[in-house]
This record gives sequence, structure tokens and C-alpha cells, in this order.
Amino acid sequence: MKNRTIKVDYLARVEGEGGLLIKVKGNQVSEVKLRIFEPPRFFEAFLRGRHFSEAPDITARICGICPVAYQMSACHAMEDAFGTKLPPPIRALRRLLYCGEWIESHALHIYLLHAPDFLGYEDAIRMAKDHPNEVKRGLRLKKSGNAIVNLLGGREIHPINVRIGGFYKIPPKSDFLPLAEELKWARDASLETVQWVATLPIPDFERDYEFVSLRHPDEYPFNEGRIVSSAGLDIAVREYEQHFAEEHVGHSNALHSAMKERNSYFVGPLARYSLNYDRLPSHVQEAARAAGLGKTCGNPFQGIIVRAVETLYACDEALRIIDHFEMPDRPYVDVEPRVGNGFGCTEAPRGSLYHRYRIDERGLITDAKIVPPTSQNLKTIESDLLHLVPKNLEMQKDRLQWRCEAAVRNYDPCISCATHFLRLTIDRE
Amino acid sequence: MTAAPSKTIVIGVGNEFRGDDGAGLAVARLLREQLSPEIAVLEESGEGTSLMDAWRSASRVFLIDAVHSGAAPGTIHRLDASCDPLPTALFPCSTHAFGVADAIAMARVLHELPVALIIYGIEAASFDESQGLSDAVQRAVTAVAERIVLELCAPPD
Repeated sequence: MKNRTIKVDYLARVEGEGGLLIKVKGNQVSEVKLRIFEPPRFFEAFLRGRHFSEAPDITARICGICPVAYQMSACHAMEDAFGTKLPPPIRALRRLLYCGEWIESHALHIYLLHAPDFLGYEDAIRMAKDHPNEVKRGLRLKKSGNAIVNLLGGREIHPINVRIGGFYKIPPKSDFLPLAEELKWARDASLETVQWVATLPIPDFERDYEFVSLRHPDEYPFNEGRIVSSAGLDIAVREYEQHFAEEHVGHSNALHSAMKERNSYFVGPLARYSLNYDRLPSHVQEAARAAGLGKTCGNPFQGIIVRAVETLYACDEALRIIDHFEMPDRPYVDVEPRVGNGFGCTEAPRGSLYHRYRIDERGLITDAKIVPPTSQNLKTIESDLLHLVPKNLEMQKDRLQWRCEAAVRNYDPCISCATHFLRLTIDRE
Repeated sequence: MTAAPSKTIVIGVGNEFRGDDGAGLAVARLLREQLSPEIAVLEESGEGTSLMDAWRSASRVFLIDAVHSGAAPGTIHRLDASCDPLPTALFPCSTHAFGVADAIAMARVLHELPVALIIYGIEAASFDESQGLSDAVQRAVTAVAERIVLELCAPPD
């Protein structure tokens, strides 16, 4: 078997700029590099010296796809530092806002970024010529998520209504009712989505990952919980850095995260689902089982099904929250800033998003650390390719390259977040 | 089917934390001060499906974005996307998996393009992670705002 190189200069259908280089010698993969071209992160430096109250809006600018996640992790970290407790109605509305972001992000990934991989189209536009109804369903589903973020976040992109302690303004219940009507459509559409993605030809590929996600005593996790893993880790959010570390790697502008004693791990929908299946309502579990999923899922190509299941859950949960809506006495609780460290971790659509801040006596940020989900998955993406390529060496080069690109897109990587920016190279010399 | 809406909107696209990528947003902010309130002026990150939502209710759309074609910084490109396919090479700088050019192509396939979709592209000098526009791009921002005001005074083509 000759040596081969698979090289993709510019990875399509991922958020941000990066590339992939895979070198094959005989039947062995000698090198896998997910190359990140974007300049390194600057937001952490940018936060130093800023007032604590600015963190949600500044960090929301890191990503146009998951601003809510950044706002939520920032708020929870600050509230942790100041000992702020949120009343249940505000907490419920935060979950509602997060439902909106999951729906819009998952619908975009399922229909426009990942489905073309399984159906054999170069992009969603070519797919839309043959499957216009599915694409239109995906676009409207995404719009339902946008509508939540728009109403509660103040606007769709970079919502501005979130503050430490709650919201600046909470719309009256009457404003939520038209939203509920659209979400009833979205719930039906997301069930159809689960059924549709279950029919896609999904490659067989199973690995024994260490899954990591939040786990809450009785909820599928968005904002709160302990950080748990499938290998038995069970820690408070503030213990994160004792167990996880980021490292520089030569070929990437993004830092790679690893568990200190056990190396790569997996965050995101598969991890959340596999660790929290018992927290899903029974009808969502039934939809997952009918789509061919077990209680855990170790095939990253089935991520598209898990995302659809989570979209169904998010629509369902959003409707439940609206149904039980209670207007809080005030849209936010007052916070009393104090010197200290605050830790926050919430479940962004792509996985756990960790924030830590140090606040001084003037209420200014003196140190900030942000670990986005994509950096946590980079090592796992590379190791997936290391396992995937040797199993598929009989494939034509263009098909193998396609399969490798799809394997990267399994993670819906957000390079923009990971560096705060990807291009593929498979080398067969 | 409902009748086509006769609404005009202006959409500034960009990221103000990436240097000249903030040009579209800067034009939107200038125009918001100058235009009558019935013309909606929106600021967008350039994520394609949000753009499709934004222009769905409009018949005439002006979209302003920073571009990179190799021309001199500050060069102004004007394209009528409702007639001609957009040269995707103009927008290699989109950090979105589904960006401006994709949204226009998708809307064309799904027959959801506005009757008039005018794109103003401002050639950027730099997309570095910084705030503030380069001088040439700042001048082009003012010029594009003036040209859009003039176009709005004229009846649609």
C-alpha cells in the first residue's frame, strides 16, 4: 500500500476557518492535524480591566451562533462569585432562552451543515433543489428558535436583555402566547426531524469515549449541575481546572483541552444524551428509541439524530416553561459584588462552556478564562480520524476525504469559538 | 400566497471586533440616524438563515458587508443579487458555515429572494481582531451611506 496524503485546505460547512491534514503510510495513519488558522483568542485579555457587569455582553460577541451560551456561563460565574441566588421564575426563563439557542443552532447544523454529508450533496443549496420541503422545514424550525431568543433576548443576534441577576426586562405573558403557537408547530416538526434523520445512511463507527457534561438532579442540563463523566468523574464546576487542562499544539491556533490523567474526552449532544438519557421525558426517549438510539450513543455520526432528539426536547421544554410562566416580582435580583473568583459552566449547543473570572474590590475583572466546547473536542476529533481512516483505506480518495470531513462536522465545530477561527489536507504520499 | 410586501430594509452585516469587518454595521448605524423610521435598519452577524428571515418580509433590500476581492481597500462594489448570481469569491472572509453568499443562493433556489436585493461590498484592508475601521474603509462607509440615501430617493428599478 502506497503512502497517501489527504489534504483539505478549507473545510466547508463549519463555523470559522480551518483545515485538515491526514498522512497515511501503508495501512497506518502517521499524522492527523486539524489546523486552525484563526488568530489566537484575545477575548480573555480584552476582558481584563472591564466591569463585571460587561462580561455577558462582551463574551456574547465571541460567537454569532451561541451568544446565549456565553451570556449564561458569564452570568453564572459572576453570580457564583457574589453568592447571588436566582428566584425560580427567572431561572425558568433562562432555560427558555437556552431552548431557543439549542433549537436554532441544532436546526442549522442538522439541515444545512450535516444532512448534505449523508445525502451526498456538496452543500445545502444543491440539497434544497431536490429536498426543498425538508430544507424549508429546517429553516422554519430554526426561525422558531430565533423567535424565543428575539423575544427574551431582545434581538436574535447578540441578545442584549441578559444581565447578571436576571434580565433587564421581561415581556408580559401575552407576548409568549403567539410564540407558544409557533413552538407547537416546531415540536411536531422536530419529531418529523428525528424520524427523517433516522432514515439517513449513517456509517458504522463506534468508539468508547469518555463523555463529559453537566448533570442536574432532575433536569436535562442547560444551566446548572455537576460536571460528570462516563468514567465516573463527578465534580463541582469550581473544581474544573483541577481535572481539565488546556495545552498549546504547534499546528493549531486553538488550545487543545485534555483531562489531566486520561487525555481526550467528548463534550456535546452525544455526551449530554448518554449521561442524561434518564432526564428526558418518556415521549422524547420513545422518539429516540424509535430512531434507533440506545440509552447511550457511541457513534459520532449519529450525532445528527441526537441533535434532532435534543431539538425535540428543547421545543417541548420551551412549551412547558411558557405554560407555567410566572412573572417574577422584578426582572432581576440585585447583586452585591465582592472580591473573589467565580466559576460557571453551562451546556452550549456544542457542549460544556466553562468560564472563570477573578473580580477585584472595584468590581473589575482581573483575570478571565474561557474554555469553549470546540477546544475540548479537538483532540477527540483528531483521534476519531486516526481510527476512521485505517478502516476505510479501500475508499477512493475523494470519498475518503468526504468521510473525513463529515467526521469533523459530526462535532459541529465552531472554530470561531475555539480560537475565537478551519481548511482539510489528507496526504497519501 | 399573500401579495408581495412593499417594504424596504437595510441590513448591515459584520463583526465590529474584527477590524474592517465592522464596515457594514457602521453603514447601518449611519443610516439609522438619517433614514425615516419606516425603513428598518438591521445589524446582522452574517449568519445566512437569519439574513433570509430578515429579508423575507421585504421587497427591496440593501445589504452592506465587508468584502475581500484583492481590490484596493475602501473600493466599493455594488451588485444586484436579484438578477445575477453573486460571485462567492467576494465573501471568503465569512466566518459562518452558511453565510451571505449561501443565503442568497439558497433563497434563489427556494424562490424566496426579495424583488430587489442590492449588495454594497466594501473592500476591507484587514480582518484582524481589533476594533475600529481603517481610514480608507471609514471613507467608504460614509460614501456608501450617501449612495444608499440617494438610491432610496429614486423609485425602485
